[in-house]
Amino acid sequence: MSTGTTKLDVVVSDVVPVNELVTRFHFRRRDGALLPTFSGGAHVVVEMRDGERTRLNPYSLMGSPLDTREYTISVRRDDAGRGGSLFMHRHVRPGMEMVISYPVNLFSLDLRARKHLMLAGGIGITPFMAQTAQLAAEGGNFELHYTCRTASLGTYADVLAERYDRRVRLYHDDRDERIELDRLLSSQPLGTHLYVCGPSGMIGWVRDRAASLGWPAETVHFEHFAAPQPGAPFDVTLALSGRTIRVGEQQSLLEAIEAAGVDPPYLCRGGVCGQCETNVISHDGKFIHNDHWLSEEEHRSCGKIMPCVSRFEGRSLVLER
Amino acid sequence: MGITFRNETFRNDFTFRNSPEHVRRFPFPFHEDSYMYAVNIEPHVAGPKGSVLENLIDVDEHYVAEMQDRALVLAEDPLRCQSLPHMTLAGWDLLELLMEQQALGYPEHFTLTRDGDRWRWINRPLGIDDTFTFGDVSTLPYGPMEYITRQSQGDFCILDQRDGNLWMDAGMVTTQADWSLDFDIGMNFFEWHAPVPLAHEKGIFVRALKFLTNIQQGKPARRLNWTMTINPRLDTSPENYHKWGPDRTTVTPENVGEKVHLRVELQSFWRLPRSNGIVFPIRCYLIKMDELVTQPKWARRLHRVIRDLPDELANYKGLTRYRPTLVEWLSKLDDGSPTSPGFGPD
Ligand code: FES
Repeated sequence: MSTGTTKLDVVVSDVVPVNELVTRFHFRRRDGALLPTFSGGAHVVVEMRDGERTRLNPYSLMGSPLDTREYTISVRRDDAGRGGSLFMHRHVRPGMEMVISYPVNLFSLDLRARKHLMLAGGIGITPFMAQTAQLAAEGGNFELHYTCRTASLGTYADVLAERYDRRVRLYHDDRDERIELDRLLSSQPLGTHLYVCGPSGMIGWVRDRAASLGWPAETVHFEHFAAPQPGAPFDVTLALSGRTIRVGEQQSLLEAIEAAGVDPPYLCRGGVCGQCETNVISHDGKFIHNDHWLSEEEHRSCGKIMPCVSRFEGRSLVLER
Repeated sequence: MGITFRNETFRNDFTFRNSPEHVRRFPFPFHEDSYMYAVNIEPHVAGPKGSVLENLIDVDEHYVAEMQDRALVLAEDPLRCQSLPHMTLAGWDLLELLMEQQALGYPEHFTLTRDGDRWRWINRPLGIDDTFTFGDVSTLPYGPMEYITRQSQGDFCILDQRDGNLWMDAGMVTTQADWSLDFDIGMNFFEWHAPVPLAHEKGIFVRALKFLTNIQQGKPARRLNWTMTINPRLDTSPENYHKWGPDRTTVTPENVGEKVHLRVELQSFWRLPRSNGIVFPIRCYLIKMDELVTQPKWARRLHRVIRDLPDELANYKGLTRYRPTLVEWLSKLDDGSPTSPGFGPD
């Protein structure tokens, strides 16, 4: 029934360079009203009108959920990426009118936790900005471990250290500092929940170690910032709408379907929420499943695809869309 | 202007009645002459003026009497209202939602004023005028969920979302059709639905859960469900089975019209913003057969639906015992002519 989320008309109220790679954007509602309340870990999908194309990228809200006069996001420039972050950096200026989605939370705090242990890598710090603000206001018990390449790329490290002092530990790759993960994970009090957001290698490492040290899966929470991967162009036939379309090298299957005028549902655009799941009617070739939603068995059986992140290589593909 | 609240009871002398205007706004749940179990979820958007969907949270002529009945149930059994410790934030979310919606839909009866986190809530039908600090439990006479659901029609299940599942971790449940919060609290979606027949095979529940965990802020959804109740009892809980269970044996051809009630639940589903939980308000509407059959289309159609209901469903809904008496009584009002499509009366 729903395609995408409810939209919000906003104006860019400020653009603030944070360091050589990261810029922060502030949004206010065009009508001056308060923005919707959200919870720590939520993201919004930002619509970018880039010439002919509409780009839709998800970004974590990093302001305090207690203050909804404005939303803030931080965008790390990815020179090799598909262009969304470059568009934000190059073209978005204060005063510009934009459209963003209502907040969606796919990385929420488990409010039963007695303690929240947070592990961030690089730009993966952003959801924790809101979560720590939320927890601090309620007297919640948290501890944040944050790894970054160099001190100057430690986005908001200074802000966090000042706000939370010893609850924050910083690690710099260029100084060979590394989280002592096993020790950290083995010394937590019962009732601790673990949250990790960062590069997929880091997420994999943390989940593996936690599992082998006996952490129950439901106490380990992670958020991938999986952008769709570029790849060879391919053709796809959409059976319900009766169209055949080409998916470009830098385009996701979801974006190609949208560009063809079909309005498929989505929430995360990162392969984790399940909303864009689409049945495969027939195929001759191989899937490159980049999602974290379908089970391994579902990946093998080739009956479904998540068009927001997955691709295809081969002669023909027909989807029920 | 405003609603005229009825003075009536849902127990003992059972003086509950629907005014003629309320009969016509009754959410009759059958859009065709047969009934099949389905998930039938749709967006919860405001509907036609005068219908129960005119406002997203409906307040009607039974409001004051229902709230009095709820207070009686809670006095006897405080476990009808429970909230696990991690659900307090969701309780505040619900308080905000209900105060906002009631004040928006019925400004002559409810007023909400906010000055930062200092809030003032005026509920004229119940004679309440309270000022409190949003987020500070000590400034209200009850926890936030209990406070506001003692002033809102319908039951409320607040669900925590974790591990791709929903957990019934808080609720105010005093008008339920034969289930128990005290039994279900802490259970996940599959656990609390375990007794439903037929549906599992169809994978309905897997799909419903996927749908519900994807409910978005600002986009509530709804569905209708129905059953039947003997006498206008709001509280047909398992705890009180000894009171209402035997009622089923008291239906006679003479008293069908007065005793048998169609019970329709309007369930809506909302994402709560601060806690990221989901709330299901389950709003119960009752109508006795005598009132329902004042609409000839509904009389004809209900006859066909009840007559043709598969036995397992009739059993599940607890109708088996008095179904023949009811069908016989309704059959006299069915002249065999076709019914028009849609839910509304002709
Ligand atoms: S949009 Fe979330 S999995 Fe594709």
